[in-house]
Amino acid sequence: MYNGGKIIIGLIIFLAFVAFPLYYNIGKVSVKPEPKLDTSVIQQLKEKKCVEPKAYMKAEHMKLLNEWRDSAVRDGNRLYINSEGKQFTISLQNTCMKCHSNKKKFCDECHNYAAVKPYCWDCHIAPKEKEI
Amino acid sequence: MSISRREFLKIAGASAIFGLGGMAIINEITDDIEASQFSPGPDALIAKRWAMVVDMRKFKTEEDYRKIIEACHSIHNVPDFGNPKDEIKWIWTDTFEHAFPGQEHEYMEEKLKRMPFVLLCNHCDNPPCVRVCPTKATFKRKDGIVMMDQHRCIGCRFCMAACPFGARSFNWRDPRGKDDKGRPFIKEENKEYPTRTKGVVEKCTLCFERLAKGLKPACVEASNGALIFGDLKEPNSEVRKVLSTNYTIRRKAELGTMPSVFYIIG
Ligand code: SF4
Ligand code: SF4
Ligand code: SF4
Repeated sequence: MYNGGKIIIGLIIFLAFVAFPLYYNIGKVSVKPEPKLDTSVIQQLKEKKCVEPKAYMKAEHMKLLNEWRDSAVRDGNRLYINSEGKQFTISLQNTCMKCHSNKKKFCDECHNYAAVKPYCWDCHIAPKEKEI
Repeated sequence: MSISRREFLKIAGASAIFGLGGMAIINEITDDIEASQFSPGPDALIAKRWAMVVDMRKFKTEEDYRKIIEACHSIHNVPDFGNPKDEIKWIWTDTFEHAFPGQEHEYMEEKLKRMPFVLLCNHCDNPPCVRVCPTKATFKRKDGIVMMDQHRCIGCRFCMAACPFGARSFNWRDPRGKDDKGRPFIKEENKEYPTRTKGVVEKCTLCFERLAKGLKPACVEASNGALIFGDLKEPNSEVRKVLSTNYTIRRKAELGTMPSVFYIIG
């Protein structure tokens, strides 16, 4: 084999380069996100239910928020009637965040973990967090 | 650890079944959710064409003006940069000469000349700002409100160039920021309404968020009858009554934008 040494060194550099994200994060492995639901408003709910079932909200809340936004701003429809026939006012600040007033432990917990930075809060005013 | 081909297939099969099952559950939920609906809500004020009449005869003191501007700007988190160059305004005042150019003349009543006129977006029937907006961030609702979708505005300011009434303001600075002395540009945030960000255009939205709750626009409510709001297409509405019994003018009617804000000048 010609230039065997060079090829091997080249390979090592290549591997080191490709694997960079892996070892860069060693020891920094983030803890699994554990979003918290306990706010005083949620505690007082008789039936602790979001506007749609938990599995759906977990997987699709971004889609629902998109639909809510278009409905309220573009069509002027502010009332949401969910799959059970229950009614909710469409508003991020005045409906979603009234229950989920613990934004840091509820929204940010997962968003930070997944490195998703929604720009909602550039305009919408996040609820004031109570010091725990 | 090595696994036999047989074991591998077992695990793969199980995960496929589980995976598909999982999908089926999500699909089922999604199908259900599709049964959900959107509506304006039972209390919402609805009209075929919203309009406003400004009765300038009822503006007497500075307080009368301040009240309505304050009502609008405080609930909508309109920042005060303390600097006319960066100014954001949804409702403001200007002289007759500036509000109704071409209609002034040197011999007109002294009082009219000096009087500040209440100005806001005219929610034109034929709005040039909508025509030029490349993203449809500015659009006209069925009820005549010329609406801003702040989520879509890219800050190109075509609409500002197109609006002949100066009804739109651009955010040169972050409205959530503070001035040199550490005072926030928004004195007291209204927690129920969003702010804007640097780089978007904003203007009066005819209080679409209040209409949805069955409330009249904030400026109308604060005006003590000096601003009259209602449905132009409804023959018995208050605006129609006022319009049919008073002489009214509109701003720059000759441009053909067909403003929905009318003025009784006294
Ligand atoms: S007044 Fe200006 S911003 Fe308002 S609808 Fe007319 S053209 Fe558009
Ligand atoms: S500045 Fe925003 S609203 Fe105005 S034309 Fe551009 S995108 Fe449309
Ligand atoms: S209608 Fe509403 S948004 Fe428009 S100027 Fe009056 S208070 Fe402000």
